[in-house]
Amino acid sequence: MSAVEEMENTSNSVLEEPEEEKGSSEYVEGEADMEEDEPVRGGYLFYRDRKEWADLEPVPQDDGPNPVVKIAYSDRFTDVYDYFRALLKNDEKSDRAFALTAEAIDLNAANYTVWHYRRILLQALEKDLREEMIYITAIIEDQPKNYQVWHHRRMVVEWLNDPSDELQFIAEILSQDAKNYHAWQHRQWVIQEYNLWDGELEYVEELLEEDVRNNSAWNQRHYVISHTTTYSPPEILEREVQYSIKQIKKAPHNESAWNYLKGILQAKGLSSYPGLLEQVEELRETYCSPYLLGFLVDYYEDALETNNNKYNQTETLNKALELCELLAQEKDTIRREYWRYVARSLQSKYGSGEISSPSSSNPTPMEQQETPSSD
Amino acid sequence: MESQSPPPPLRCFSDSHQSELFRDDGVQTVTSAEQRKVERSIQDVLTVYQQIHSLPQPTLLREQHYQYLKKGLRHLSDAYECLDASRPWLCYWILHSLELLEEPVPAAVASDVCQFLARCQSPTGGFAGGPGQHAHLAPTYAAVNALCILGTEEAYNVINREKLLDFLYSVKQPDGSFVMHVGGEVDVRSAYCAASVASLTNIITPTLFEGTHNWIISCQNWEGGLGGVPGLEAHGGYTFCGTAALVILGKEHMLDLKALLRWVTSRQMRFEGGFQGRCNKLVDGCYSFWQAGLLPLLHRALFKDGDMTLSLSSWMFEQQALQEYILLCCQNPAGGLLDKPGKSRDFYHTCYCLSGLSVAQHFGNKDLHHELILGKEENRLAPTHPVYNICPEKVAQAIQYFHQLPIPAQNGEPACAEDQS
Repeated sequence: MSAVEEMENTSNSVLEEPEEEKGSSEYVEGEADMEEDEPVRGGYLFYRDRKEWADLEPVPQDDGPNPVVKIAYSDRFTDVYDYFRALLKNDEKSDRAFALTAEAIDLNAANYTVWHYRRILLQALEKDLREEMIYITAIIEDQPKNYQVWHHRRMVVEWLNDPSDELQFIAEILSQDAKNYHAWQHRQWVIQEYNLWDGELEYVEELLEEDVRNNSAWNQRHYVISHTTTYSPPEILEREVQYSIKQIKKAPHNESAWNYLKGILQAKGLSSYPGLLEQVEELRETYCSPYLLGFLVDYYEDALETNNNKYNQTETLNKALELCELLAQEKDTIRREYWRYVARSLQSKYGSGEISSPSSSNPTPMEQQETPSSD
Repeated sequence: MESQSPPPPLRCFSDSHQSELFRDDGVQTVTSAEQRKVERSIQDVLTVYQQIHSLPQPTLLREQHYQYLKKGLRHLSDAYECLDASRPWLCYWILHSLELLEEPVPAAVASDVCQFLARCQSPTGGFAGGPGQHAHLAPTYAAVNALCILGTEEAYNVINREKLLDFLYSVKQPDGSFVMHVGGEVDVRSAYCAASVASLTNIITPTLFEGTHNWIISCQNWEGGLGGVPGLEAHGGYTFCGTAALVILGKEHMLDLKALLRWVTSRQMRFEGGFQGRCNKLVDGCYSFWQAGLLPLLHRALFKDGDMTLSLSSWMFEQQALQEYILLCCQNPAGGLLDKPGKSRDFYHTCYCLSGLSVAQHFGNKDLHHELILGKEENRLAPTHPVYNICPEKVAQAIQYFHQLPIPAQNGEPACAEDQS
């Protein structure tokens, strides 16, 4: 059978087995008593059977005559969204519309059109925003990895101009998943918007106590310090360097700690920090890791770059090249191609016995106005 | 009988592979516990594989993936209700997967996709997650990509370029960023979606991306990668979006490329072979594209910069290891690909695992091309464009088509009007 024929035979093919992520709605569809108009006690009544909705004509989805990626919606889903589309079409702003948005959200919390409409209703109907906070809190607890729910919360907090519950709420979410990206995003926004920097460094330290490998917490550390004391004061930088080294000693194979150490020193240049090389070389014996070796490469590269007269350029270059080869061959083979490139770059830039003049480490930014071309 | 040379040894079966297991230094935390769990499950997969196959020849389950994709393009179970606001994505994920597998889409189906996406287009411009929904940059990106994959005049003509430009202006922010939809959130994905569709359909005006590159650059952090918004942790998906957007805008050199290179190469997992999305998090098949896909972009950027030390045969990541991870750990035997062993298949992971496999198989461009196909030759996929993630021919064809058309005037004003504000 050719591909064409196979394709054409799919029209009424067997629907997929629910192997995919995210199971369908758990709601047990009660059998509505179709002969009665009154709500059936204990059962679920479709909107199409509700008397108080009889004035509204449901709007079926316009998928066209030959739909693609056609989802086998449950009856409940179809019913709710047929009525949502009707409300949208009439631009109805009522309490029943507001209630329906909650049902539509329950069926698909990623439907940003519904959220948008709910926000319009919140304002038009002057709904109690405190109630809305309670609502959105529950939704986020249930679906913390959804974009829309966090954005909605942000809007309500802005309208209320009240962030007082936020840090505690976010901490609660983070206690369940300490790396939830949306949670961290919301946290950074709240802190910056409402100037709630106090106590955040302490919070970060708590998280790092629990899991020194929590890279999100390390990032938050950098965020707080950058926006408060900054790393400019020598005593701050020293404190952070010592903090990093302390954490490295606890878990030498924790990449986050090494990245942080490099991250905070690279602005001024790794080789400009006195005693650092010695400290790291000391660590090499007991606390060695591919990250330590990589850090040394960065150190030597910076030394070459700044042409620090403390060091013999050739010796430094050779040490760097040796480390690159050690990493490529043995200690970090997954990155072999990368370390070999670094070696070639260093060789090209500082090698052949030439004393290279200090050059900026970044290429001159070139404004390239190129039509995107296929590679 | 022909003597066949044995297939090259797999990295994951080498003697030294065990030494790549995560070292927790005797300090167990949630991070290390989770990592070790994954490594154990990978080990199980590899052990089973070795027992079944005396000669390791990883095989891409083409036929099974094809059936899964073919069916999905028409019908999806109610498990997909959660993607009811992402149906152009489903079109793109499936169509791109099919094009990587070099499976043709029959003309009738192609036409049906066009008509469906036309129904997803908003009267105010841009595409929505489904008919009757509001326009959003993500389904806009997906719809335009899907239409470019189809590549027919019917497909190209679905796009209302004038309204699309209006939509892009309607989500543009004063600081150079874009919200994902009117009344929606800002993050770096939006810049990529906007840059992608605008460049493909030739609607870039002098003011459209004013300030955008500066905003994207501010997303690069102390780790070397990019976060979703300035201040956030570096993350593979956002890093790809920001970098690819900058490439489109011709401003990739404003990034600290060396720091970015260090960050992304560090994201390849020494044991699993696949990529993680963030430091100290778990491997996931989709990062095969978001992360590994950065290497072609960086290679090109460094090359344009005059770098003479770049390899002429490989990207700066372990291509074989990534292919091993995808082929051995990310395939569902009934078709479809996935995040990691134990997870369910889905079309998103199918798209990005295959896209990553393609990146790992193909080095260079049409002028200088070097292939590394793990397993049988039949595992070979079509190459993909590292900026748009559709096949390079489709990119070229779309650009050629739309560049014949004039850039629309903004808000119905004549194109030559000087005042664009």
